[in-house]
Amino acid sequence: MVTFNLLIATSLAYVALLFAVAFWAERRAARGKDGWLRSPWIYTLSLSVYCTAWTFYGAVGYAARSGLEFLTIYLGPTGVLIGWWLILRKLVRIGRAQRITSVADLISSRFGKSTMLGVIVTLMAVVGTTPYIALQLQSVTLSFEVFFGGPSNPEQMAAWVAVGLAIFTILFGTRNLDANERHHGVVMAIAVEAVVKLAALIAVGVFVVWYLADGPRDILARIDASPIANWQVEQGRWIGLTFLSAAAFLCLPRMFQVLVVENADERHLATASWAFPLYLLAMSLFVVPIAVMGLELMPRTANPDLFVLTLPLSEGKGGLAMLSFLGGFSSATSMVIVASIALATMVSNHIVMPIWLRAQGDQATVSGDVRWVLILSRRVTIGAIVVLGYLYYVVSGGGTALAAIGLISFVGVTQVLPAMLGGMFWRGATRLGAAAGLIVGAAVWAYTLFLPSFGAGAVFSQAMLDQGPWGVEWLRPQALFGVAGLDPVVHAVIWSVGLNAAAFVAGSLMSFPTPLERLQGAQFVNVFDLSREAQGWTSGQVEAEDLLIMAQRILGAREAQSLFQTAAELQGKSGYLPDPTPEFLDKLERELAGSVGAATAHAMVGQIVGRAAVSVQDLMAVADETAQMLEYSSQLKAQSDELTRTARQLRDANDKLTSLSIQKDAFLSQISHELRTPMSSIRSFSDILRDASLSGEEREKYAGIIYDEAIRLTRLLDDLLDLSVLENGQVALEVQTGSIGAVLDRSISASALGNRLTIQRSRTREDVVVETDLGRLSQVFINLIKNAEKYCRADAPRLSIQVRPAGEWVHVDFIDNGKGIPPAQQALIFEKFSRLSDHSRAGGAGLGLAICREIMTNLRGQIGYLPGQNGAAFRVSLPLRMAMAAE
Amino acid sequence: MARDPLFLPERRYQKRRLADAARVLPLVGGALVLLPVLWSTPETATPDAPVPMTSGAGIYLFAVWAVMIALAAIIAPRLSASDADDSPDRD
Repeated sequence: MVTFNLLIATSLAYVALLFAVAFWAERRAARGKDGWLRSPWIYTLSLSVYCTAWTFYGAVGYAARSGLEFLTIYLGPTGVLIGWWLILRKLVRIGRAQRITSVADLISSRFGKSTMLGVIVTLMAVVGTTPYIALQLQSVTLSFEVFFGGPSNPEQMAAWVAVGLAIFTILFGTRNLDANERHHGVVMAIAVEAVVKLAALIAVGVFVVWYLADGPRDILARIDASPIANWQVEQGRWIGLTFLSAAAFLCLPRMFQVLVVENADERHLATASWAFPLYLLAMSLFVVPIAVMGLELMPRTANPDLFVLTLPLSEGKGGLAMLSFLGGFSSATSMVIVASIALATMVSNHIVMPIWLRAQGDQATVSGDVRWVLILSRRVTIGAIVVLGYLYYVVSGGGTALAAIGLISFVGVTQVLPAMLGGMFWRGATRLGAAAGLIVGAAVWAYTLFLPSFGAGAVFSQAMLDQGPWGVEWLRPQALFGVAGLDPVVHAVIWSVGLNAAAFVAGSLMSFPTPLERLQGAQFVNVFDLSREAQGWTSGQVEAEDLLIMAQRILGAREAQSLFQTAAELQGKSGYLPDPTPEFLDKLERELAGSVGAATAHAMVGQIVGRAAVSVQDLMAVADETAQMLEYSSQLKAQSDELTRTARQLRDANDKLTSLSIQKDAFLSQISHELRTPMSSIRSFSDILRDASLSGEEREKYAGIIYDEAIRLTRLLDDLLDLSVLENGQVALEVQTGSIGAVLDRSISASALGNRLTIQRSRTREDVVVETDLGRLSQVFINLIKNAEKYCRADAPRLSIQVRPAGEWVHVDFIDNGKGIPPAQQALIFEKFSRLSDHSRAGGAGLGLAICREIMTNLRGQIGYLPGQNGAAFRVSLPLRMAMAAE
Repeated sequence: MARDPLFLPERRYQKRRLADAARVLPLVGGALVLLPVLWSTPETATPDAPVPMTSGAGIYLFAVWAVMIALAAIIAPRLSASDADDSPDRD
């Protein structure tokens, strides 16, 4: 006899066994000894998450009520698998090439990494899956009740089961964050559970056929004698349910997880294509016999859903009942585990991460941070999903309404089908079309099936179900557009999938895809042309060698070898080839990223290890990086240009300083020379004067020379002082208004010319009124006139003074008829102490023109040599109003 | 420029036909599985075409199922053994 404690102990022992199996598989996978774990048989068995407790217990009940119709639930997936060459092969190839992590990721990736689509699919998956999890909790609780006629508190029981499942899933579903989202431990545990549930069902079947009945022939006779013999094909449901289960097999998040995400090698699909249908056949072979014998032997009040348990129990076969219980337990647990992992991946990747990244702004570049957030969000999500399922179970009261939810849930997840198949086979499918299809399909599903399923009066009133909203008969939820008389599920499938597909096609035809969508579309639809990497998993050694070759190219041979050697030593291996563990790959990627950028490094390592094609996102990241490098190098170039410019400026400044220093030295030597000449004559003549023997006439002559020299010296010092004041800009200007002619008159008379020089003027033109320091201006004019007198070597020296107004300015030109100044000297004449030649010296110290230039600068004007005038020509330019030019 | 030969080597030709078989298989299976839709119902039954017995229907369905599995088991391993050269556009 099975006691409560024994059952609990057995369940716990079974769970402990699963833990051990999962742990062992993880350990082996971590050590790289996962050849056996990656066998096609494990893959095939893992697909059995399709068979939940709903099918384990429910199939018999289904057969007892509706005959062979339960087979449609298995025949649909059989068709999909036998037709693997058409759809599944492409789906798996796309999943591997694009590193797809979930159904939501598939749809989002295909339509240009659309966050919106990811969110829609994720929400639909959560809504579709939660009731299903509730169903599993219910079945486990019910099966406990069978043994003990109802424990004191079924909800408490369900709570314990939920907690246990959540812990198991969190432990093995989120242990590591594999880029490929593979969970070796979980898959192995699921495979064990698959064997247990098949063995349990077959054991009960064999017991029924050969122990309760007299073999197959007897069973067939009993079938035809039982109520099941009255079964007949309901055409609509037969076709509809076959299609529905086939579609759901592709779209269910948990099926996608084991079919595509956990697929380690495409060739496994070829084995599964016949082996999994065989598994399904074995699972359903004894369903009808068990149902028939149950109907025959059990009281009429017995729940046919639990015949698998109650038949052995009523015959006193406690051990068999226990096995059967474990089978049902396995079905329920494997479904909850895989579904919650799949949903957690979707929720964390498509809802939590986008929100978190947005909240973080630019700081999310630290990869460690993101991994931690991902793992935490997955753990929380798994817990939340199991809790949601539990709440749904409690709220719905665990009644028969829950049993119907299986098909309703199938129809909900099937809404992904048009976008999925369209995205795989039609390049014209667009994001807008996919979103429209998904939203329309989900809305129609909710309106025609999900909301009415709560019963009349719950969400929709009876009146609304009968007469439609606002009495519009055409909108009756279960007879849309007058299509009455159909089974509600078939009705909902036709309308939701039909309108979904129509909206998908229409939206795609009417919208234009973004470049990323078009690229992804081409990558998905033409996946076989683009990737030829079906060779399966290469061995670790080859990978490590490839990695070494690549690393040597990038890092340099010595660095790469020492990196690999250190890693190998850390793993306890000798030589240069460490196992490509995640830690090592991370480290290598970081090293490579230092040279080629993170995205490029990731793509390169991924190419060798993951054997995954580089996705468009990768390429765009690479392009971003390249752009950043280009930007950086152009910045560098700009900086180096700037430096070159600065260096040149510095060199110029240095040249200037050097030449200034030379000028200063020259100036000092000049000035000493200029001072010395009069000083030495003064000294020598004063010496002579001390001689008393001089006559009065001689004495007077020498005193006159001394006087003249002293005057010259004074003038020189005056000039120097003047120049220094002018150069420092400390001169106090006395601004007056007067005409140029008047200034010229004054200057000519002050020049005290002899009769030698003739001056030509045009007085009418000279009546230009200027506002400037007239005294200083006159000083310039005097200097120029005196220069002409001194230096003009013509036979009849003539100075022409011409006044030319030019807008706001006036030019005064002084042109003589001498030889002029040779071009080489023209630039020098305004420098201090520049005299053209000693013989032309006439008492000046060579400061005249320098002073003129300084004066003109102070008057905001300028003075320059005017070449090509048949003589020496100077042009004095000054603004009409000095103050104005200063502005 | 080397042109592709008009006819494929025999091995590759057979492989292409094998892929064709893999594509046709689900269609045939689907047709056979959906066949019960055409069976007589009590309303349409005649003495010549009675409603099939549930046991017979079950045997038919399981037989179809088993044959499909067997055919898939024959085709699939041969296809996957060398599906590297499966350019879809040429025959």
